[in-house]
Amino acid sequence: MDTTTTTAITATAAAAKRRPLKARDLAPYLFVSPFFLLFAIFGLFPLLFSIWLSVHEWDPAEGLQAMHFVGLENFRFILTDPWFHRAVGNTAWFALATALPQHLVALPLAAFIHEKIRRGRDLVVGAYFVPYITSSVAIALIFTTLLSRDYGAVNALLVELTRVPLLGSFMPGHPIDWLGDAHYAKPTVAFVVFWRYLGWNTVLYLSALQAISPDLNEAATLDGAGAVRRFLYVTVPLLRPMIYFAVTLSIIGSLQLFEEPFILVDIEQGVSQSVMTLAIFMYRLAFGEGDFGAASAVSWLVFLMIVVLTWLNARLFGREGRGE
Amino acid sequence: MALPALRGIAAMDSLARLNRRRFSAWLGAGLLGGAATARAQEERKTLVVASFPDLDRAALAARQQWSRLHPDVELKIVSLQIADHHTAMTTALATGAGLPDVMALDFRFVGKFAASGGLEDLAGPPYNGMALRDRFERYAFTQAINKKGALTTMPTDIGPGTLLYRKDLFDQSGVSEAALTASWDGFLAAGRKLKAATGAYLLGDAGDLRDILLRAGVRDGEGLYFDAEGHVLVESERFVHAFEMSAQAHRDGLDGRAQPWSNDWVAGLKHGHIATQLMGAWLTGHLRNWIAPDQSGLWRSAPLPGGAFASYGGSFYAIPKKSRHKQLAWDFIKLLCADREVQLQSLRVLDSFPALLEAQQDASMEAPIPYLGGQRARLMWRDIAAKVPAIPVNRYDAVATDVIRDAFEQVITEGVAVRQALRDARVLIEHRARWR
Repeated sequence: MDTTTTTAITATAAAAKRRPLKARDLAPYLFVSPFFLLFAIFGLFPLLFSIWLSVHEWDPAEGLQAMHFVGLENFRFILTDPWFHRAVGNTAWFALATALPQHLVALPLAAFIHEKIRRGRDLVVGAYFVPYITSSVAIALIFTTLLSRDYGAVNALLVELTRVPLLGSFMPGHPIDWLGDAHYAKPTVAFVVFWRYLGWNTVLYLSALQAISPDLNEAATLDGAGAVRRFLYVTVPLLRPMIYFAVTLSIIGSLQLFEEPFILVDIEQGVSQSVMTLAIFMYRLAFGEGDFGAASAVSWLVFLMIVVLTWLNARLFGREGRGE
Repeated sequence: MALPALRGIAAMDSLARLNRRRFSAWLGAGLLGGAATARAQEERKTLVVASFPDLDRAALAARQQWSRLHPDVELKIVSLQIADHHTAMTTALATGAGLPDVMALDFRFVGKFAASGGLEDLAGPPYNGMALRDRFERYAFTQAINKKGALTTMPTDIGPGTLLYRKDLFDQSGVSEAALTASWDGFLAAGRKLKAATGAYLLGDAGDLRDILLRAGVRDGEGLYFDAEGHVLVESERFVHAFEMSAQAHRDGLDGRAQPWSNDWVAGLKHGHIATQLMGAWLTGHLRNWIAPDQSGLWRSAPLPGGAFASYGGSFYAIPKKSRHKQLAWDFIKLLCADREVQLQSLRVLDSFPALLEAQQDASMEAPIPYLGGQRARLMWRDIAAKVPAIPVNRYDAVATDVIRDAFEQVITEGVAVRQALRDARVLIEHRARWR
């Protein structure tokens, strides 16, 4: 390329740079702007505002002018609050009591559906998936009715079972207050969470199973492997990326658990403390006590916990396990 | 071939010009019309009232009287469920946007909202609300005044505490009203007899007894959880007695563990499994209208046991500082709260007990109540209201209520000692009420 050509190209580029912008040039930005605008208003702003709030004392009923900068005082207050400690304990308990059984049941259940159910598989999968898409209000209505101490079908069934020889001796002699007694409320709520999300995890694992080549299982069968060995040594290792994904979702979901304990146990009952998760604690601080600063501090602490736990999870599975 | 095409183009061009002219004319007319409508709307003001069920029915019923007073002002009543309403009002005060001209407040939220700087002080000019003080039930007006002495709300209805009980069930048990109400110990003893004879629970929830006992022992001017200096009172004998007696009722199996307004509570009352309810007199209306309409004549109202006097709930109205029509808002509040006829109308519509003393002197207060077997209960409620101590509210009352509920739960389910639970509760309330 000679000097003249280079100069000409540079001049053309410079001319193109100097060319005034036409409306047509702005069109692409205009087309993508709704997303950015909506994201800025409903995504970015609340995020930044909650950081701002977490270092301020603010009762919203007093208006925006009532904000006072308090530094890290909200974090100190939260970390020394007994209800926060209890909420952390409850959240951890729910995470273990709901997430672990979900995966331990969903994985073999998905394998069973994949291997054994050919006809009507969609119907079976749909049935397991229905709780996941059922409205929270419907769930609250059904379970509070079923589990009512004096009028519920579950206690009525237990009373009937006391009349069965042998089995009757294992039944409680009095009606159980499933959602009103702190000893029962937590396991009852955990069961509802397990029931609701089992189908979701089953569908995740089923979709991953369908992507595994049947040749691998056939080869293992020819080598003499039984159903259990095929599941443990062929299916599960190949499902590791999906297990990693599903466990990550469970960690995030468990730390944000709100709906089920909130709708099943009346917040005005003393027993509600026994099912108070971090998300419910945050809600009570903000909307019950009007302490939005402390509530924002809790939200950032929860965010930190999610980051740490998902990082640990990623480390546990390793690069190969994550499918990278 | 080209000529028709040219003609066509010319015709389209003239049509376009014609359309442009018409469009301009329409646009002009539209703008003028719009401006005229805007002027008309400006002339016809709208007073926005934010309320919640069932209180909104009182405002709706007063629409006619309002139209007579201000025919040029439209009344717009916006109603949300009680919790949503108070959350919406909190958000509106926080942002200063979407505020109504008149804001209804439930008793439980008065302390929190009154402490905020977002409400008008109705005490002085131009409202001069303090001049109305003697016309209202004393304790309700005290609740309307915040810690700094500002009158931020006006009381509209009150809830004199009463014992509503199923006379038929207690008759079966051989318990008279006098035995039921003579003392709190007698009340629990009556509950044991009732359980043995009918199987019914004395109480929906032991927490109901706890709450009434906490209120029953309050002295005039003393707060429920905090004294005037903001000290936490939950370790006092009043709390110890309330906890011990309520825990005893629970241990004796006298409560159905059914929280008021829960499905179990409604079913318990409907099926006669819960025989009493300690609550505001206004519960009679709920029992009659939807909880147990077929039990007319079976219920009675009695004073609280042990000669106690307490109040349950009540409703208030306030004017946000950012209201666009403050004077009109005050006129509307005066109509709802200080107009004898409108207060009596609310009594008829809602069964709410009037906060206005003149309304309490009306002849209709002497009318027998068929649902209560023809009992002239309103006269008794009026006497109770006059004796209820004036308890000032605190912005942290709701926080303290939560903590006390939790402490009581620990006593009855975990077996924690009462004094230990109350000590922990005091520490926790002091921790939570950090900005007091």
